Amino acid sequence: MALWKPDPSFYPSPRMAAEGPREKLAYVVVFNPDPSNGRHDALCVLDTDPQSSSYGKIVGRAEAPNVGDELHHFGWNACSAALCPYAPHPHVERRYLLVPGLRSSRIYIFDTKPDPRSPKLIKTIEAAEIAARSGYSRPHTIHCGPDAIYVSALGAADGGGPGGVFLLDHDSFDVLGRWEVDRGPQYLGYDFWWHLGYDVAITSEWGTPNMVENGPDLDLLTQGKYGHQLHLWDLRRRRHLKAFDFGPDQQIVLELRPAHDPTKAYGFVCVTVSTKDLSSSIWMWYREGGDWNIRKVIEIPAEPADPALLPPAIKGFKAVPPLVTEIALSTDDRYLYAACFGTGDLRQYDVTDPFNPKFKGAVRLGGIVSHAPHPKAGALNGGTQMLEISRDGRRIYVTNSLYGPWDKAFYPEGVRGWITLVNVGADGAMTLDPDFFAPFSGERPHQMRLEGGDSSSDSYCYP
Amino acid sequence: MNGAWPWLAVAMLGAYHGVDPSMGWLFAVGLGLQDRSRKRVFAALVPIAIGHLLSVAAVVALIAAAMGRGFIWLRPLGALILIGFGVFRLRRPLAHPRWVAMRVGFGDLTLWSFLMATAHGAGLMLFPILMAIPAGGAPPPMPHHHMPMPPPAGHLGPLAAAAVIAVHTSAMLLVMGSVAIAVYEWIGLKILRSAWINLDTIWAVALIAAGLLSLVI
Repeated sequence: MALWKPDPSFYPSPRMAAEGPREKLAYVVVFNPDPSNGRHDALCVLDTDPQSSSYGKIVGRAEAPNVGDELHHFGWNACSAALCPYAPHPHVERRYLLVPGLRSSRIYIFDTKPDPRSPKLIKTIEAAEIAARSGYSRPHTIHCGPDAIYVSALGAADGGGPGGVFLLDHDSFDVLGRWEVDRGPQYLGYDFWWHLGYDVAITSEWGTPNMVENGPDLDLLTQGKYGHQLHLWDLRRRRHLKAFDFGPDQQIVLELRPAHDPTKAYGFVCVTVSTKDLSSSIWMWYREGGDWNIRKVIEIPAEPADPALLPPAIKGFKAVPPLVTEIALSTDDRYLYAACFGTGDLRQYDVTDPFNPKFKGAVRLGGIVSHAPHPKAGALNGGTQMLEISRDGRRIYVTNSLYGPWDKAFYPEGVRGWITLVNVGADGAMTLDPDFFAPFSGERPHQMRLEGGDSSSDSYCYP
Repeated sequence: MNGAWPWLAVAMLGAYHGVDPSMGWLFAVGLGLQDRSRKRVFAALVPIAIGHLLSVAAVVALIAAAMGRGFIWLRPLGALILIGFGVFRLRRPLAHPRWVAMRVGFGDLTLWSFLMATAHGAGLMLFPILMAIPAGGAPPPMPHHHMPMPPPAGHLGPLAAAAVIAVHTSAMLLVMGSVAIAVYEWIGLKILRSAWINLDTIWAVALIAAGLLSLVI
């Protein structure tokens, strides 16, 4: 349905988005780590309106019709990129959530319009259709683009590579096909995003489905076989431009966070683990004199620990790796947050000068050794993992599960799912919200999407 | 009466395209903001106007040629195309070219504007007006018909065709440039959130109406 005026949740610039109204609802996917019990994964609705009597509680739930999808990341059908001047279609609605099953390769499309608290499944794109039309499988990141919906995928239907990106029509949700015209040396895939102001796309590397679906493979890790590159693409011509190699000891290159301001040509990406010292790092890519480069800007060391407290996979290292598996950049490009799934830290950096991030502080939740508590729940397990920052940068929603087969390696006791909230003051200081805590029973939450958009859902064509 | 109104209509349609953000001024503003340069806004308007002109000129030239050869089916055929295009715009309101991006040169912008104008049916909309312009040429100095002439309308000379294109594009460029610079300098893009009304349905209905009208003018 076309609107009479642009969807009110579309903003020309990130600055205007930050001034928009506060989110009253959030969507979160939960997955069932043990499909043999027959429980379905679900898209849940969290009440984030402090005026509401059900604030901080799950108020809605739409189940996937199948079992064992492993719902993971998801995204909106349309966002602020619809205002881009070269392919404007501002009268569509931000209304549908596209929710891929990372294991089943289905994409469920839920309609949030008739009742935002009760999303309705309106369409399922089957794995076979995605494979037949694009060659890909294991859909991951969803981004609403100016001209289509872009979906990254870990690999091919047989579980091998290459991973890549495919397109969905933003009107009919038909699979349009593979995005890449010339993929150059790129083989592994994971995340995908862009700089709309510079016509470039960036992709990162994890591993093929065969490399990740049975848990982390220590042999592949020590041999440096997981992803350790970043790829730069011509967004318009769909061609590979340049590969940046972090070195084979830098393993598993995950979340991509380009600056929201389209005139700024830099972004951040996290490397989960160094096989040299178990540290995690955050690298920056940037444009300089017409060329693009990378540099390491943050390194987070492993913390020495009593081997008796460590799971078998890392006992021998006598240390907890930070395992930065998620980073998030505030909409005003001022603060960068790193989620350390191993130690439980949520670390905040002032990246006003992106070349020189300044560590500002940390909040610790869960963690392999520390099990840092929440006032409402006591000791937590799992660790700070997915982050979603509100558009105004004042609230960070946190969930604690990484990915079923990998949770098991670091938290063999099983991750008990929760969502909590970290508030950011006007001075930028983080404080854990003592009252906001949503626990799950037997289910694990992963990515969240905030009503009207959040810091990782929208891209903008105007500064 | 019959003498002045077609020219006014040609200019008004140009002004309408000038106001429409998806026809060009927004792209010019976006490029200017990206480069923080007012010069870039002005520079972008030129190829956008040329692309629009080429699209309109192609349609006008086609119609003028058909008139020149006395093609008797021109009126019903033109009407049918207009009505068909209007129905298409009604059924697929989200259809838009998927091609360029933000790093664009003169040629890119010209082609983009040509495609946008063509996909919009900018030139097609002129059909009923062209059918109503009295034979002979340029804007008549004053109305001199005693009675509106009934169809069939006759002939669009090269001078009249060129005048139609020039009047339409000038009006478009004038309005587009004024809006672009006003938004860039003073108003800001927040205006998009409230003022970018969806005229697609109205435009599609107008195309159909123009098709019907061209049968009787």
